[in-house]
Amino acid sequence: MAIAAQSPFRQTLRRMFGNTSVRVGGTIALLILLMGLFAPFLGTRDPSDISPRNRNKTPGYEAMVRDYDGNKIPVVYRMGSDTLGRDVYSRVVYGARTSLIVGAAVAFLAIAVGLGLGLVAGYFRVADGIIMRVMDGMMAIPAILLAIAVVSLFSAGLTSVIVAIVVAEVPRVVRLVRSVVLSIREEPYVEAAITAGTPAPLLLVRHVLPNTVAPLIVQGTFIVASAIIVEAILSFLGIGIPPEIPTWGNIMAEGRQVFQLFPHNILYPGVVLALTVLSVNMLGDGLRDTLDPRFAKRV
Amino acid sequence: MTENVLEVRNLTVELPAASDRKHAVEDISFTVGPGEIVCVVGESGSGKSVTAQAVMGLLPRELKPVAGATLLEGEDTLHAPVSRLRQLRGTKMAMIFQEPMTALNPVARVGDQIAEMLEIHTTHSASERRARAIEIMKAVHLPDADRMVDSYPHQLSGGQRQRIMIACALVLDPALLIADEPTTALDVTTQAQILTLVKEMQERRGTGVLFITHDFGVVAEIADRVVVMQHGKIVEQGPREQILQNPQEDYSKMLMASVPSMHPPERMPVEGKTAVKTTNLVKKYGSKGWFGAGREVLAASDVNLHVARGETLGIVGESGSGKSTVARCIARLIDPTSGEISLHGTDIATMSQGNLRPHRSKVQIVFQDPYRSMNPRRTVGQSMVEAPMNFGTPKEEAMAMARELMETVGLSGDALERYPHQFSGGQRQRICIARALMVNPELLIADEAVSALDVSVQAQVLKLLDDIRAKYNLAMLFITHDLRVAAQICDRLIVMQNGVVVEQGPTHDVYSAPQHDYTRLLLDAAPGQGVEFGSGSATVA
Repeated sequence: MAIAAQSPFRQTLRRMFGNTSVRVGGTIALLILLMGLFAPFLGTRDPSDISPRNRNKTPGYEAMVRDYDGNKIPVVYRMGSDTLGRDVYSRVVYGARTSLIVGAAVAFLAIAVGLGLGLVAGYFRVADGIIMRVMDGMMAIPAILLAIAVVSLFSAGLTSVIVAIVVAEVPRVVRLVRSVVLSIREEPYVEAAITAGTPAPLLLVRHVLPNTVAPLIVQGTFIVASAIIVEAILSFLGIGIPPEIPTWGNIMAEGRQVFQLFPHNILYPGVVLALTVLSVNMLGDGLRDTLDPRFAKRV
Repeated sequence: MTENVLEVRNLTVELPAASDRKHAVEDISFTVGPGEIVCVVGESGSGKSVTAQAVMGLLPRELKPVAGATLLEGEDTLHAPVSRLRQLRGTKMAMIFQEPMTALNPVARVGDQIAEMLEIHTTHSASERRARAIEIMKAVHLPDADRMVDSYPHQLSGGQRQRIMIACALVLDPALLIADEPTTALDVTTQAQILTLVKEMQERRGTGVLFITHDFGVVAEIADRVVVMQHGKIVEQGPREQILQNPQEDYSKMLMASVPSMHPPERMPVEGKTAVKTTNLVKKYGSKGWFGAGREVLAASDVNLHVARGETLGIVGESGSGKSTVARCIARLIDPTSGEISLHGTDIATMSQGNLRPHRSKVQIVFQDPYRSMNPRRTVGQSMVEAPMNFGTPKEEAMAMARELMETVGLSGDALERYPHQFSGGQRQRICIARALMVNPELLIADEAVSALDVSVQAQVLKLLDDIRAKYNLAMLFITHDLRVAAQICDRLIVMQNGVVVEQGPTHDVYSAPQHDYTRLLLDAAPGQGVEFGSGSATVA
């Protein structure tokens, strides 16, 4: 048979980038990431700079504003201004940073913790019962409620929000990893490794762990999307990131009172939030189709 | 001359562009007459299933029929519209599949699944349909059909499920029955019953049967005519006696020669040092639940066996007999419940995993499925050197040894750089054997090691196993359900049923004078009795 001498890894990569959902979702997500990274260079102002004269202006409003040195400079409020006269456009662009940091940090931490626990639970029968009962307990607590508890126990801030969402996401990762391990440990090649005398930790890392990578990448994207939303909800409720830091949830929270008169305060951050979550979910769907054979479309 | 039920005329089906050959089947022609069983026999990839799918109009979308016709009582099914095909399926042609568990809907009662055929194609009332379902279930010899009609598939055994499938297929008296490896997933005793049933149905109803199989034993058992296929082409076809006794083509001869004979050759008793010995080995599955008593299954009960260096001990039995359980206990892939496993004098039955590690190298396994026994993400070389490196051999030394062993099993040394998916099933099984030899084991366990292979490849791998046993003076534990294979390679045999050893002795004695009823049942059920394979042609006794 003439099969190209390619490693399975490279074949998967090729298939992955041929997928439309991966391309579209990935491109949008990448643009939003770049937006967050290069926020200062995208025609933004200091997102916390208040201007009492220019409160509640509609999108496109132009005004002369004094900068910190006292010089008058022209400013265009592309997305209008909020009740304190802050530039909504700048806040939305800077807000991407918070959302992406929360999303990435939560996904990384939840997977790091969940992967370790899941491998142990799946492979060692003794640990399985204990770990999974604890996880079942954690699953029973609503994420938002838990977040409120964590934030009120410690101070409100980025770390508290991240910790709260991670705690809620870990059990799902553990369940996923455990299910993969349970099926892989029955594979003859794992049994062959056992008869080859491979010690359990090495066996887990060498033969079992690689099988969890694909489902975890997929799960990771969904965690990112869900964390971004939960962070926005917490901020919107006023129990997340402090209001002086621009986040999409904060912007919407502040725009809530004047929503009927000035909908742009909620519209723009809302659209960007929706677009971000949509793109990340699309990316996740595409990755699942190409990486996770159980869902892969037939050739 | 009566009209043929099925005439396949110059059928050519194209494969997708990226495939290893251009056509799935190429220019094939054959006929099935009324009341005739035509066996299409060939190895995997020969195009026999594609032929059946083409007739049923079930070809996957990627496969395009480009030429020819499949005439069902004169009507071309290859180019028929979907609506017409739907009418024909069930009424004029029906199909039964290999896996009776997945072919039946697990959440519908079996009676309803038979009645569904009638509901779609007839105007019978519900009570008539039920009566008809019970009637056909009786016809396929299902016990207590009046009650079984309301059972769900999981409540039936594999053989009973296949009978339900046959009942579904035959309830509307189709002219043509296509059977695609219908007995491959069944135990040998069940297989014999199903074959008898197919033959009886065909005789009584005059159905034409297109029977697809890879097993020459089955061919010898039921075929009227035989079509031999290879690489999508028909090698030769003719009446059963002619093909079996006087095959013209080299490929048919080779296939027939590869089928192991049911008659074990005389073998000298092996006098070697005992490599492994089990005493009263017991494995119980299941445990007491938290609340009240749980269910317990005795998978192996008081198994005593010993294998000497240079000897092959076969364990035969049907699925669920406990033969694999014993092997896996000896390899300590599962922990025995009680009993002793003495490996070169040390009892390893209750040893902890840590203490066990030094003994791991003494016992190696070759598994059934060559596609799953190697980590697909690692090169063959990486898989080969894993075990010796665990035991402290430096990598270069292990690689050199791997290269040498690859030559021993008939592959070239540069195969080490490649990935498992680049090899065929037979080649992978050779690699697995080489991998097992990397740590100089004393005992090699072959757990159905040739069962997933095509018959010609099977013969080669069997020979390789026998050669390396002799070369390295290995003790070999050979687990199989295939009595033909067991006859050819085993010095001694153990017959297991429901976790209990019912008979043991030298292979020749067990085959010529079986002592236990179950052994006799197994031997009688093996398909192709009275036809002697193993040479260029078969002799019908």
